[in-house]
Amino acid sequence: MSKRFENMAEGPIDIVVKKTPSGIAHKIKGLSDRTIAWIFVAPTIFLLLAVNIFPLIWTIRLSFTNYRVNRPNRDVEWIGMRNYERILSDSDIWNTMQATAHFLIWTIVIQVLIGFALAYLINKKFKGNNFWTTLIVFPMMLSPAVVGNFWTFLYQPQIGLFNYAVTFFTRGNPADFSMIGDVNLAPWAIVISDTWMWTPFVMLICLAGLRSIPDSIYEAAECDRASKWRQFWTITIPMVLPFLMLAVLFRGIENFKMFDLVVQLTGGGPGNTTTLTSIDLKREAFEKWRTGYSSAYAVILFVTVFGLASIYVKALNKVKER
Amino acid sequence: MSFSVTNPTKNTKRLAGILVVSYAIITIIPLLWIIATGFKSPVDSIAYPPVVVFEPTLEGYVNLFTDRTRATEKMIQEAGPPKTWYDVIARKRGTVISGPSRYGERFLNSIIIGFGSTALCMVLGTMAAYAFSRFKVPLKDDLLFFILSTRMMPPIAVAIPIFLMFRSLGLNDTHLGMILLYTAVNLSLSVWLLKGFIDEIPIEYEEAAMIDGYTRFQAFYKVVLPQAATGIASTAIFCLIFAWNEYAFAVLLTSGTAQTAPPFIPNIIGVNGKDWPAVAAGATIFLVPVMVFTVLLRKHLLRGITFGAVRK
Repeated sequence: MSKRFENMAEGPIDIVVKKTPSGIAHKIKGLSDRTIAWIFVAPTIFLLLAVNIFPLIWTIRLSFTNYRVNRPNRDVEWIGMRNYERILSDSDIWNTMQATAHFLIWTIVIQVLIGFALAYLINKKFKGNNFWTTLIVFPMMLSPAVVGNFWTFLYQPQIGLFNYAVTFFTRGNPADFSMIGDVNLAPWAIVISDTWMWTPFVMLICLAGLRSIPDSIYEAAECDRASKWRQFWTITIPMVLPFLMLAVLFRGIENFKMFDLVVQLTGGGPGNTTTLTSIDLKREAFEKWRTGYSSAYAVILFVTVFGLASIYVKALNKVKER
Repeated sequence: MSFSVTNPTKNTKRLAGILVVSYAIITIIPLLWIIATGFKSPVDSIAYPPVVVFEPTLEGYVNLFTDRTRATEKMIQEAGPPKTWYDVIARKRGTVISGPSRYGERFLNSIIIGFGSTALCMVLGTMAAYAFSRFKVPLKDDLLFFILSTRMMPPIAVAIPIFLMFRSLGLNDTHLGMILLYTAVNLSLSVWLLKGFIDEIPIEYEEAAMIDGYTRFQAFYKVVLPQAATGIASTAIFCLIFAWNEYAFAVLLTSGTAQTAPPFIPNIIGVNGKDWPAVAAGATIFLVPVMVFTVLLRKHLLRGITFGAVRK
């Protein structure tokens, strides 16, 4: 083994080590593992503190003030919980929350159903399944903003491909049918685009779950004369459940934060029908410049995600232990 | 062939194949439509019913990379014969090319910020992941969870103070600011993924090297890094794709100099309103590299999208 390393070319670290005066070099070489561990971890922790935690603390502080970025000269007043009271009693915010809940629930339900079905079918190992899986996976790797913008083209009345396909099959008038211009259909338009994009994600995770089930369990069930239907409900589903729940966790967090796809697709309209919380927050913070107010809003959102996610993770761990 | 009760029958396989292939075809149509629209003329792009067979043209690409002004017959004649093929295309529409558009700059910004943040993220991430994998770091689990939890925050929520912080540091709308920001956002992914990859390398390799007189640094550099090369490469591609696709921070924190392509592409507007072929051309150039990377990554895809929680 040692011979192999001797033959290796000199790397930059060796050169640095050679050029440093012997005293310091000795010190570097003699560093304890503990010191090295800190040297290796510190930059990461520092950067995360600076770019993630410090801003978070700042947000919490601002949320108790009436600060506005666009009026730097005005005195900043400490107004206590008033921002929070105002937000929680605002009916518009509850509408936004409702739009978000609609989006979250339906995307998760539809994606889980289609994603699991696809994974189940792919796991039948038909010829060429790897090729088709790769094709199906493409949408989820793409830029949501660019894709969202292009979906507006597909949804255009009359000229859009999606619009054309729907009116072709329903024989409706193509000029009258509009997905993103219609108050009732727009919430579904964002669900469809998100489903197109993220179903492969659920599918991949389910596929990993299905592949983790050893054949021997099915063989044993077959010996006990369990029907296929029964095998599906007593073996397949319980074994895949932890994977499925993980997929739901990821999708839930991601879609709660959803901004880029929807803002490009509908911009929150028509009216406020697709104004998800992130879009609303962006308007408050960067269009109305109500910095203090929107900071409180951000804190509420973060607490919600974090709270829901921790409850969910506890449930997930229980399922895993079973 | 041996008989197995768990092997699906031929007909089951065929049915499964048909269903999956039809889903794949439906899902891929919007992507093919983007690519096709990029080669259409503006008239073809908004034709009803949508045209599938059309005469391909590079007009969309020319419009993407150039700014044009309307010109009268006379002005065009005075300008002399067209010098290049793209002049010819522009003049057919009664316009004259006045200069390059900003798409090139935006695309270059995407490359600089994407690769810059990926490189930085890999250096920091590999070091932290190695430490978490090999040493007893106090509060290790808490630190790892803290690193992961930074990913739960909605970008807009932290964007307000980051905007204020960057403004006071003079980092607003700079490449450096965006590189630092994307590095921080990607660190959670890279630390978690790389820790998984390094955990899989037997610790005996390093121990053997250190018995042979290597220091920790040398063992890390000459033994662990080459062994983890595939893992590092796939993690790097994930970070690159994320930085490449990011929109929320880019649209809020950059405007002129450091703006990347995603906020720019939707705003491409032609002489007669929305220029869909140019938008599609911009999207195609932007999306195709990611598709290529996806094919390269397919073995580690699952691991990347689940932060290493599912390893297959």
